[in-house]
Amino acid sequence: MVEAKMVGKRYLGKQAVKDVSMVWEDGRIYALLGPNGSGKTTFMKMVAGLVKPTVGELYYDNKKIGVESKGKVAYMSTEPFFYSYMNVKHVGKYYADFFEDFSMERYEELISRMDLKMTDKAKELSSGLAAKLKIAATLARDAQLYMLDEPLNGIDIIARESIIEAIVEAAGENKTIVISSHLVDELEPIVDSVVFMKQGGVILAGDAEEIRTERGKSIVDLYKEVYA
Amino acid sequence: MEFSTSTPIYLQVVEEIKRMLVSGELQPGDKLWSARDMAVRYKINPNTAARVYKELELQNLCFTKRGLGTYLTEEEGIAERLRKEKAEQLLADTIATFLGLGYTGEELMELFQKALSGMQQ
Repeated sequence: MVEAKMVGKRYLGKQAVKDVSMVWEDGRIYALLGPNGSGKTTFMKMVAGLVKPTVGELYYDNKKIGVESKGKVAYMSTEPFFYSYMNVKHVGKYYADFFEDFSMERYEELISRMDLKMTDKAKELSSGLAAKLKIAATLARDAQLYMLDEPLNGIDIIARESIIEAIVEAAGENKTIVISSHLVDELEPIVDSVVFMKQGGVILAGDAEEIRTERGKSIVDLYKEVYA
Repeated sequence: MEFSTSTPIYLQVVEEIKRMLVSGELQPGDKLWSARDMAVRYKINPNTAARVYKELELQNLCFTKRGLGTYLTEEEGIAERLRKEKAEQLLADTIATFLGLGYTGEELMELFQKALSGMQQ
């Protein structure tokens, strides 16, 4: 689905992503792991078509990332995405206007399951509820690729559970999900593959179960080792 | 369900289903969830859920009816068989650990009886 060949991104004086080559296949859930500043967000933004690589090639279904691929990719950024006047219902309408694949029905279902109300004001939500709102809006799209940047960060364990559940529900044969996080323990049971990033580069990548079998340790333990 | 990190997740779910068969929460011949529903229920990867079914099938614990879904085995006395298997396995592991610590069979018997009578009191 996505193929990166020696992709790099340089911001003024700073190498955010360096020599990244990887392939994301259909129907798999990937964890993009690494501490802050390891290049996860920049890489996802490049796949989403929001940031252009300085070097290298980036393909979506064998075509260069561009207008066409943008419509098939649902990217959830860490930044707030709504205006202060919006309530939960406005956010849904806003998304429906922007994305053809947005399902209001699915959105309403996710919203009610996540203990949100259509009349809740977006800017007054607790951080846990705001995170759920972002997830609901993103997963209500019928995209091929979902990229979720830090969906579990800064929220309580109960909210995390319902977010994990919604992510698993969204998974499917023709859908690829990429989750960036440094909360590895929560992600470990749901991911097929892991990619470890450090200082802009990929330092380890592979099938989660194979890594566990070959190295005789969990991804969580491996993470601690790699980034200690 | 909480997963330990030392055993593959699909095997832990297989164990959980066996446990439910033994406890009676699941009955022989019951229809099992679709792989997708299982993934949501246990919050695991859908491909892992598919693997759970493969493993259950391999152990003759479930079978697929074409177009209808996956069902638990109808084998008579399956709960009792699994219960016995589990007990034997636990016992063998425990004994091996004790032997590794240098205990003799006799010491082990003594320890076991002491602990058991302590629990029954």
